This record gives sequence, C-alpha cells and structure tokens, in this order.
Amino acid sequence: MPEYTRLIHNYLRHDKKFPHVWCPGCGNGILLGSLIRAIDKTGLSKDDIVLVSGIGCSGRLPVYVDFNTLHTTHGRALTYATGVKLAKPSLNVITIMGDGDSMAIGGNHFIHAARRNIDITAIILNNSIYGMTGGQYSPTTPYGMRASTAVYNSIEQAFKISELAVTAGAVFVGRQTVYNAKLLDNLIEKAILKKGFSVVEVVTHCHVQYGRQNKLGSAVDMLKWQRDNSIPVEKAAKMSPEELKDKIITGILVDKDLPVYEEEYEKVRERAKGLA
Amino acid sequence: MPKRVGMEVSIAASEAVRLANVDAIAAYPITPQTHIVEHLSEFVANGELDAEFIPVESEHSAMSVCCGTSAAGARTFTCTSSQGLALMSEIVFIASAMQLPIVMILANRSLSGPLSIWNDHTDVMLVRDCGWIQCFGENGQEIFDLTLCAFKIAEDHRVILPFIVNMDGFILSHVIEPVELLDQETVDKFLPVYKPVYRLDPDNPVTMGAFAMPDLYTETKKAQDERLKASKPVIEEIWKEFGDLTGRYYSPIETYKAEGAKTLFVTMGGFSETASTAVDMMREEGEPVGLCKIRLWRPFPFEDFWKAVKGVDTLIVIDRATSYGGPGGPVASELRSALYTWEDAPKVVDFIAGLAGRDVAPGDYKKMYQRAQQRIASGDIAGYEIYGVRE
Repeated sequence: MPEYTRLIHNYLRHDKKFPHVWCPGCGNGILLGSLIRAIDKTGLSKDDIVLVSGIGCSGRLPVYVDFNTLHTTHGRALTYATGVKLAKPSLNVITIMGDGDSMAIGGNHFIHAARRNIDITAIILNNSIYGMTGGQYSPTTPYGMRASTAVYNSIEQAFKISELAVTAGAVFVGRQTVYNAKLLDNLIEKAILKKGFSVVEVVTHCHVQYGRQNKLGSAVDMLKWQRDNSIPVEKAAKMSPEELKDKIITGILVDKDLPVYEEEYEKVRERAKGLA
Repeated sequence: MPKRVGMEVSIAASEAVRLANVDAIAAYPITPQTHIVEHLSEFVANGELDAEFIPVESEHSAMSVCCGTSAAGARTFTCTSSQGLALMSEIVFIASAMQLPIVMILANRSLSGPLSIWNDHTDVMLVRDCGWIQCFGENGQEIFDLTLCAFKIAEDHRVILPFIVNMDGFILSHVIEPVELLDQETVDKFLPVYKPVYRLDPDNPVTMGAFAMPDLYTETKKAQDERLKASKPVIEEIWKEFGDLTGRYYSPIETYKAEGAKTLFVTMGGFSETASTAVDMMREEGEPVGLCKIRLWRPFPFEDFWKAVKGVDTLIVIDRATSYGGPGGPVASELRSALYTWEDAPKVVDFIAGLAGRDVAPGDYKKMYQRAQQRIASGDIAGYEIYGVRE
C-alpha cells in the first residue's frame, strides 16, 4: 500500500465524512495532510490524541479525522481543550482554530492558555479573513486590505499571531506557510512533542474571500506569494524592519522550558493530600 | 406611489436601518445575519449613512457597545443569530433593564448542538423573558416595515425599551422578494431624530446600571414589567400610523380565513405564508380551518388573542422550539396558560415542527390537521408531538 493510501486509511474518516466542505484550492486540506503526517511521525496512538476545534472553516477539520474529536463553539476550542487536558493529562490535546476564532472572539482564552503554559498544541490557520461567513475582516486582516465589512479597506492594524503568542508566554511558537508543507510537517511534529503550550501559526490563503476581494489571483498565485515572501527566522534576524515589512517570518520563533501547568497542578494536589 | 423592487430581504432590512438614519451599529458576523451587516458597513463606508460602524470581536461586545452608544443618546442597531444571541444574552437582559431603546434584527437560526445554521425559533426562545419588545415578520416587506416601526416604538417616551424584530434565517434573510421601500423624506417625517429622556452627558450626569439591594430589586422588576405591558397600546398606535402612511397595517394578532373556522393553525414568522396556502387548500376541500398569526410575541397580546380564538374548537400550534421535558413548545404552553381560565376554551394541540430548517410544506399542515383529529378523538392532546420524525 503506498504511503499516502496508508495514511488516508489510518487517519481519515474517508468512508464517512467526505467530500469535505472546503473550497477547491483551500489551504486547510494541506494543513490536514501535514497534521496527519506529523502525528504519524510522532508515533502517538490515535486513541491518545484529542483534536478540538471551534467554528469556521477550520472548525470542520476534526470531523474528517479518526482521533478523539470535539467540535465546539466559536472561539472556545482552548477552553474545552483545557478541560480535556486537566481531566485526563495523559491525552495529547491539539486545538485547530482560525484567526477569527482564536484572535477575536477567543483572544482572551488564547493569551491566558499561553500564560498558563498548559500542555496543549494550538494550531491556528491564519487566512486573514472570516472565510466561512463571507469575508468580513478579522483581527489579522492586514491594514489597507479589503473585506466585506471594510469596502474601503481595513483601517485597523493586524495582530501578529506568533509574536502575540511569544509575548503571552507560550514556550514553543512557530510559523509556517501551507506552501512549505514539508517544513510545516516538521514544525507541527515538534510542537506536538513539546511539553507546555505550543503554537503553530499556519499561514494559509483564502483565495475565495480574501483573494478575490483583494485581487490576489488564484489559489496557486497566493501559494506562490507565500513562497516568495517567506523568510526563515534565522535570515530575518539579520534584516531590518523595513526589509521585513509584509514578509512572513517562518520557523521556530521561541522554544523554551517553563513549568507545565498540569504538572504543577498535580504537585499542589499531592501537597494538599499530604503526600509531598 | 413607491415602486416595488425585487431585492434580498437582508438588503431590505439594511435599507430600513439606513433610512432610520441610525447613529451606531455594532455587530459580529454570524450566518445567516451577515448580509445585513455587510450592507450597512458599505452604506457607512460610502457615506450614505452617517453612523459609527463598530465591528467588534464578539457578540458579547456587540451588545455591550450597543448599550454604550444607546446610553450616550445614539440611535443604535445590531443584528445577530443563534450562538451570537446566546453569547450576547448576558447584556441583552441589561439593555432592557436599563431602558436602552436598541433595535436588533434576529435572523432566527437553531442553537447548537448538533451544530446547525438553519432556521427555527430556538434562539429567540432563549431570550423570551429578556424584557425586550419582540415581534415576527413573515416576508421581506414586513421585515422592512417592522424594522422602521421598531425604532419609533422603542424610542417613544411612553416606551423606551429595546426591540427585537425576528426574521427567519435563510427562508427570509436570503430570499429575493418584491419590497416597496419608502423615501427618506417620508421616513424622516415618520421617524424624527431620537430624543433620549436620559443620556450619559457630562454636563448633566446620571447613573445608569446601578446596583440594587433586595429592598429595591423587586420594585425595579415590577416597574420594568409594567412598562413592557404598557407598550402595547403605543405599538398599536404606531403600527396604525404606519398603516395610514403606507396602506400596510399591522396588528399584534392577525387572522386569515378565520371566519367560520372551527380549527385555527397558530404560527409565527415566515411559516405563516405557507400556512395560508395550506388553509386555502383545505378550505377548498371544505375543511373549516383558518390561521391565527402571532405577530407581537412580547408583550403578549392576550386580549387580541382571546378575541381571535373565540368560538373556535381547536388550535393547532406549530411550535418551532422545544422545551425539553416541559409541558410543550413555548408557544403552545403560553396559549394554554392564556386560556386556562376560559370555560369553553379551544383545545390546544401542539406540534413541534420545522426545527433547524426541516421543511414544513402545505401538505404537512393537512397531515397535522388529520393527526390533530386523531389526537382529539383519543383524548391525547396534553403535551406535544414532534412532527415528521423519521423513525
């Protein structure tokens, strides 16, 4: 059996939930591929993985995979995931969120989960727009870009998701484009294996909403843009802010160790019980 | 004579808000409400509407912003659906308690879970007791008209309460219908600039949203209840004024072919049009049926309802939400309660139907009618039946 067939048979609910809802050319499918390849490489058992999502195009992803999956309310994936992790710390908990999901309505949960350093992997699909509801601008829509609620272009500054995660205290933060799928595989694998709150910002394209409204061309054109504007973090360190304007800094932005929440919590329990 | 133009009902709704010349709009995108807010954002961006458009980061913030702008004296509008309403519900109750005349269009959609984006009335029933005036429209024209009237009613100094206009998601929000708009001059005459009684003003400071100890809370609640009940004559007066202006009259309870009817279907919102078709069909077949449409849901128009159902044997209620483990759907429960003291009260047969976009066609009304006869014959009319369940 070819490798990809094995992955499909092993990880996708291929006989139940397909065809998927994503538009042809969407980057969400590339991320889905990366995610199952990365999980496969970690060697973790499917039954030990919980995939939690919120609402939006990204929210559909757990529906298609054969893990323990939880499709929750808008912006709240991390809150459900926190509950799952605390109830059963042995599980590997991964959240899939979109930029609107994680940065707008769920923004508060995001910074606090990072600060708390609970062992969850947060994968954020950043397509710079609310895709599913019709292309309204999101907290990551860049200044000056058009959206259906910003017909004369956005006058707000965008959140930089990875930099926000670093500042909020996440112990592992990485960014990669769906164009560089192989590098994305590696990044997700590292993030899953990392102890503590790890964030992977996946830069993807919504050619149907964001692309069309901003005349950025087809999905292929937008993927080429990702290729041509990605700068590895090591190279970026030697460049000026002007040179880095509108570029995507890719790679691992931070990888450090801090006490992990559920382990600290366990210590408190033991102390309270007089065991330690 | 204004021209009827084919347009999406969401566009008609946003045209009403534009003509109402609102000062502030705060909203967060949620299907199927999005088109209304998108069009409004375009009006603001184009300079066709001089308003603050505040696209917030959640519905909780949307309603919070609305409370702020309304308290500052701005004519305020928002729009949401389903989960969005659930999230903003904390502030929805505060808006009415603080007497902030915000107008909200609710593009009715079922509540998760299972996750569904389709239409029913579970969202509005979640906030049934929120103290807002609540009405239902059954087509695009009604949504346009009722939205305009909503501002005038909400801001009337005898009322000063927030107002929800319910519009069925997709089956109204996303369809194209002929709608007759009004010109700005006519609207301006009908709906003058909002003059708040109290507003946040540094020169004349007031306290809004104060804390109430047990010695005051009950009194404020009684005052709030009386105020909502007292809004009914004003609602009728303003609907009458609108009718004199446009020829389109609205009433808290409306009937269709009720004369001589032994059985009335009771519906709210977009289902009423299908029910009318069903009534036509069944009347042709000689069945003595008619239709009773509840337009005003809060304050509930008891007198009008009693008048409409007097002498009728049976009411077949189409509920579009469930009260799990309860006595029936929210509408039927309410009607039974309204009829409790009547000696010859009509029998209330409750069907829960049309959940989350499940179609209820004219033929289904006929089936429910037949099923109701069976239920009456067997004495099984308490409680409710969920109609059309695939076994």
